[in-house]
Amino acid sequence: MEAGESLLFLLRERVGLPGSKNACEQGECGSCTVYLDGTPVCACLVAAGQAQGCEVVTVEGLADGDELHPVQEAFVEAGAVQCGFCTPGLLVAVHDLLARCDDPDEPQIREALAGNLCRCTGYEKIFDAVRLAAGRSR
Amino acid sequence: MTQFLSAADLRHAIELKAAHPDATLIAGGTDVMVGLNFGHRQESRLIDISRVAELREWSRDGDTVRLGAGVPYTRIVEELGGELPGLARAARTIGSAQIRNRATVGGNLGTASPAGDALPPLLAARASVEVASSRGTRAVPAREFFTGPGRSVLETDEIVTSVRLPVAAGPQQFAKLGPRNAMVIAVASVALTLDPEHRRVGCSAGSAAPTPVAAAEAEEFAAAELDWTGGELPAPVLARFGGLVAGATSPIDDLRGSAGYRRHAVAVLARRTLTWAWQELWRS
Ligand SMILES: Cc1cc2nc3c(=O)[nH]c(=O)nc-3n(C[C@H](O)[C@H](O)[C@H](O)COP(=O)(O)OP(=O)(O)OC[C@H]3O[C@@H](n4cnc5c(N)ncnc54)[C@H](O)[C@@H]3O)c2cc1C
Ligand code: FES
Ligand code: FES
Repeated sequence: MEAGESLLFLLRERVGLPGSKNACEQGECGSCTVYLDGTPVCACLVAAGQAQGCEVVTVEGLADGDELHPVQEAFVEAGAVQCGFCTPGLLVAVHDLLARCDDPDEPQIREALAGNLCRCTGYEKIFDAVRLAAGRSR
Repeated sequence: MTQFLSAADLRHAIELKAAHPDATLIAGGTDVMVGLNFGHRQESRLIDISRVAELREWSRDGDTVRLGAGVPYTRIVEELGGELPGLARAARTIGSAQIRNRATVGGNLGTASPAGDALPPLLAARASVEVASSRGTRAVPAREFFTGPGRSVLETDEIVTSVRLPVAAGPQQFAKLGPRNAMVIAVASVALTLDPEHRRVGCSAGSAAPTPVAAAEAEEFAAAELDWTGGELPAPVLARFGGLVAGATSPIDDLRGSAGYRRHAVAVLARRTLTWAWQELWRS
């Protein structure tokens, strides 16, 4: 491992977990969002060495075997996935939002997802998926 | 090859920085990693201070908050909205949730960008920056910390350990202008504090000079002209205040805005923050 490399590089290129996506490498798009010791972060902005000994959960860790997590199911049902590049990061961000608050209002959803860019959906279907998943988790 | 050194505690961090003054400290990494990912930075050594417990704590001592340099913005928003509403408001505008979960005030001071959003609240509140090295510790007034864009009085062997701020003695406001509500570098920003008991005003502008600037003349003017017994905020006082804050800046033209636009924006934000704070003062 090279000391200056990112947690994202480590996950994708060395550990072989390509779920977290690499798009901007500057914290702007959120497609690399993972849990680091329970907190969502941009994996591209964490030096790999900083994660030593920490618990990392990527999008690969949300489903229970073949059973999708309710947030993942809601994304599929609401049509919130088009090209899918933003989806892994959004799933982690929404998973975290709903863990903190099971009935987020529109401003809360927008604030929580402000760091996740999507070029395809126009966000409306993503917001639908959040509300769908929130309704089911209550 | 970059060497990665992980500091276990503050003493260790200070030792490492003394042994390797050319090494780059990495806290939240939200500035450092962007540089590394793009090859703009080639570091021979990184010293990771993100695990240093002493930097990740805050405490209250009477009327002062000692905020560890490594407390991420998310915690400032969640835990310090009562004691430090100005800084908490500014912290909430920084980046995205993912950025705020990692990024720190120590990193904002280290980067020393004129657009650092945590900085105007420190200047407005007359905070002091605590710095440590193997040679000892010193406190630098936030208003004297910056020497230019990306430059500060920090020596190569020094680490910012904490920031000391007075607990808010009245309303504190922060306003930032940018093309979007989130994830923007400010075109201009203003932080404002009111202390009705001592009849003091604090005001600082960001993104409008080579460093964040305190608006000393505007502060004195407002302190003298405001009717601290609860009167209205007269329009001429408000206008002059905005003009004086804008006068303290020396903005440049860049792709985010022209100098003239920035000066105008600072005046508007100064009037707005004073109006909000004044309304808040007399609502309570
Ligand atoms: C997508 C994105 C959005 C952003 N949005 C904003 C924004 O809205 N407003 C804003 O102000 N900034 C923003 N930033 C910039 C950055 O998040 C802030 O400057 C942040 O405060 C840096 O903190 P950090 O802990 O991540 O610093 P790091 O990247 O770890 O370090 C930054 C610099 O400070 C030095 N340093 C760190 N800690 C210390 C210390 N204790 N003592 C001495 N030097 C130290 C480092 O050596 C380095 O030079 C954004 C960044 C990204 C990637
Ligand atoms: S790849 Fe990390 S935020 Fe875009
Ligand atoms: S579905 Fe394509 S970027 Fe979001």
